[in-house]
Amino acid sequence: MSEESFDAERLEELLRPVVDRHGGDPLQLVQILRETQDVVGYLPTAVLTAIATALRLPRAQVEGVAGFYSFFHLTPPGRYRVLFSDNITDRMLGSGELLDRLCNKLWIERGKVSEDGLLSVDRTSCTGMCDQGPALLVNGQPLTHLSGERIDRISELIRAQVPLADWPAEYFRVDDNIRRRDSLLATEWPAGEALRAALARGAEAMLAEMKLSNLRGRGGAGFTTAVKWESARRAPCHGEEGLRYVVCNADEGEPGTFKDRVLLSSYADLVFDGMSVAGFSIGASKGLLYLRGEYAYLLPALREKLERRRRSGLLGRALCGQVAFDFEIDIHLGAGAYVCGEETALLESLEGRRGIPRIRPPFPVTAGYRGQPTVVNNVETLCKAALIAIRGGAWFAGLGTKQSTGSKLLSISGDVERPGIYEYPFGVSVEQVLQDCGAGNAQAVQVSGPSGVCLATHEFSRRIAFEDVPTAGAFMVFGTHRDMFEVARNFAHFFKHESCGFCTPCRVGTSLVANCMDKIAKGLGTQYEINQIFKIHRLLHAASHCGLGQAACNPLFDTLQKFRPAYERRLCSLDFEPAFDLDQALAAARQMTGRNDPGAHFGLAARLPGVAS
Amino acid sequence: MKQASILLDGLPVPFDAGQTIMDAALAAGIFIPHLCHHPAFKPQGSCKLCTVKANGRYVSACTLPARDGMEVENNTPDLNDKRRTLLQMLFVEGNHFCPSCEQSGNCMLQALAYELEMLSPHFDQFYPNRPVDASHPEVLLDFNRCILCELCVRASRDVDGKSVFSLSGRGINKHLIVNAESGRLADTDFDWADKAAQVCPVGVILKKRRGFAVPIGKRRYDIEPIARQVESLAARRADDMGHGD
Repeated sequence: MSEESFDAERLEELLRPVVDRHGGDPLQLVQILRETQDVVGYLPTAVLTAIATALRLPRAQVEGVAGFYSFFHLTPPGRYRVLFSDNITDRMLGSGELLDRLCNKLWIERGKVSEDGLLSVDRTSCTGMCDQGPALLVNGQPLTHLSGERIDRISELIRAQVPLADWPAEYFRVDDNIRRRDSLLATEWPAGEALRAALARGAEAMLAEMKLSNLRGRGGAGFTTAVKWESARRAPCHGEEGLRYVVCNADEGEPGTFKDRVLLSSYADLVFDGMSVAGFSIGASKGLLYLRGEYAYLLPALREKLERRRRSGLLGRALCGQVAFDFEIDIHLGAGAYVCGEETALLESLEGRRGIPRIRPPFPVTAGYRGQPTVVNNVETLCKAALIAIRGGAWFAGLGTKQSTGSKLLSISGDVERPGIYEYPFGVSVEQVLQDCGAGNAQAVQVSGPSGVCLATHEFSRRIAFEDVPTAGAFMVFGTHRDMFEVARNFAHFFKHESCGFCTPCRVGTSLVANCMDKIAKGLGTQYEINQIFKIHRLLHAASHCGLGQAACNPLFDTLQKFRPAYERRLCSLDFEPAFDLDQALAAARQMTGRNDPGAHFGLAARLPGVAS
Repeated sequence: MKQASILLDGLPVPFDAGQTIMDAALAAGIFIPHLCHHPAFKPQGSCKLCTVKANGRYVSACTLPARDGMEVENNTPDLNDKRRTLLQMLFVEGNHFCPSCEQSGNCMLQALAYELEMLSPHFDQFYPNRPVDASHPEVLLDFNRCILCELCVRASRDVDGKSVFSLSGRGINKHLIVNAESGRLADTDFDWADKAAQVCPVGVILKKRRGFAVPIGKRRYDIEPIARQVESLAARRADDMGHGD
């Protein structure tokens, strides 16, 4: 669509229903941008102006929000927008070659839109399909199990401009791959079971059960859920509205994690029950599920689930016949920003702004969504809360270890025979997990994603638990044939791409370390770069605004400690070597003058007979 | 009741309820390096130059409320080393050529680099492509020097009520934008009399047809190092007009 086609009248016609659907609320800006883009195809300047006018926001603010998220396009992205998942596990399955293959087939350069506006091909951060990769998103829809043959077929479908709806359905198949079930996955509870159990207990008693259970947050940080709930319950509401909120963090962006996808696909009622139980316990009447943009394909099914709950009295006014309890759930879609998994950045995004982590204190339990007391819990945490409502806190506390009660869902991918979801009671050893998933020759496991920890073989006896190796769920296995330097380099680029840019150390530091890693990869690295990485690691750890920056160098630090030879065999000398290569820089001049004699070369290359560059 | 105080590098520094470590230090005439902080605006804590160690933890002095008895390290080799690295990051991220900059001598970034003895940019330059905006009749925007402190954003929004400036992009691609569909300052309601025109700590927002009115060598930070100008840094208010006029 060209810019010219947007006359004021047509714009009004396109925008009005979207803006009206959100009551003209500027806090819904991210949702409004998303839905507008769905209608228009992208977000041209005139559209941003019109949205700003309709919401009475400064235009620059609207542009600033649109410019923050990866999935918002300020220029036409092509009618087919292909995004290859760029997690290390996808790369290990050959996604790099497949991307090149598609680009070659369609005569297109990565990152550019084809001249006819038909398509663009690029990479995106992990799409959460690591157990069935390599994966990609085409116009937001996930494609799994890519192969050379599939890529060829996809290139034909795109060239023939076949609508996505007519592509083979099996391309879009997403499997649960549940390989081990424990206390959570073993039983399927009917919708509303947990909510009714909580209502029968009463809010105070429910909180007491939560305390007894000692449930800790499953998103990684491991904060005690009952403390969060109690603080939010006790915190005063502000203003006339006086509402509390429950937010379900389904922005599952940590590379290698996909457990929340499975819970939302096959246990959605348990998630909604968990949100309702939390709402009942803290006195909230509104729940918000923040779904990562990569999982937008789950939206229709989730909406339908909510509708069914509404019809059966599990949602809306006077739930389950309890006159005093109303609870509504809305789903918000993210738009491609890993940092929004941080709870205060998530709240900013929910309020229609750039996903920048807030200054704390105040914490969300006292001033969260719209400044009101807000509980933000991970998808898995809320499922566990629902279980506690049904089966009681004492039962839950009897599972797992003393400080890590209950079970944990692991998302296992990489060099294993049976990738997928494994549920274990906390305290299971890494060794045991590796045995169960068929990891024969593991040299390393990245637990809890790039921001977690990299374990080497001598650490495989350690246990998955908050008191030993805490995790948000990712469990990526690397066989002995893998290059741990390339693993770390992939993670360094991930953090560079996902840094929100708010604070100096993370914004610049993530770029600097990614550059260091690229320089080492090119064979130009020295001990100097290694020292730089350590120095920047210390700075980011100390001075970054949020956990993303603080953790950004962890994978480099870990692999430098444990897999030093993977780095050192690439170093060209132990002294400093500049990244700038004068002989390489002369290549363009050589090409223009048609020369390749020693006199057209510089340095070592000039002395070697018959060099070509 | 006894006045509450923090221990700043071993020195008792009193504070009032609600004050941050930075507020207390500025009031006591103690210098904590900073760029994005300005006493007239809501603190935001993004430049991280004011990183101090409070009770053993690294925190931003401009955003952390002071607490009675808090022990704060400020002027230590470790912290100054980290601050120097942050300055080097800011220098290589943008295009900063002090010798040809109209704000040389009035620039906080340059003044802090001298203060913290930054001898070189150390890292490889990023050389970003940031075209200048010369569309406005009175004002030139040289984005090459922007350090993303958001002071103009805050001033325009909170004092001028215009929201002329905003940030767009993410990560290393974050950049300053203006409030116009054309992306040009001339198409906004920006005015040289705005507060936002006066708060840039570096040399982005410049008055046209005025150059070197005060000769280099006689400018604010040429005369005295920034660390000895705490009183005037603390006295900055929303309604005063700076800019070396």
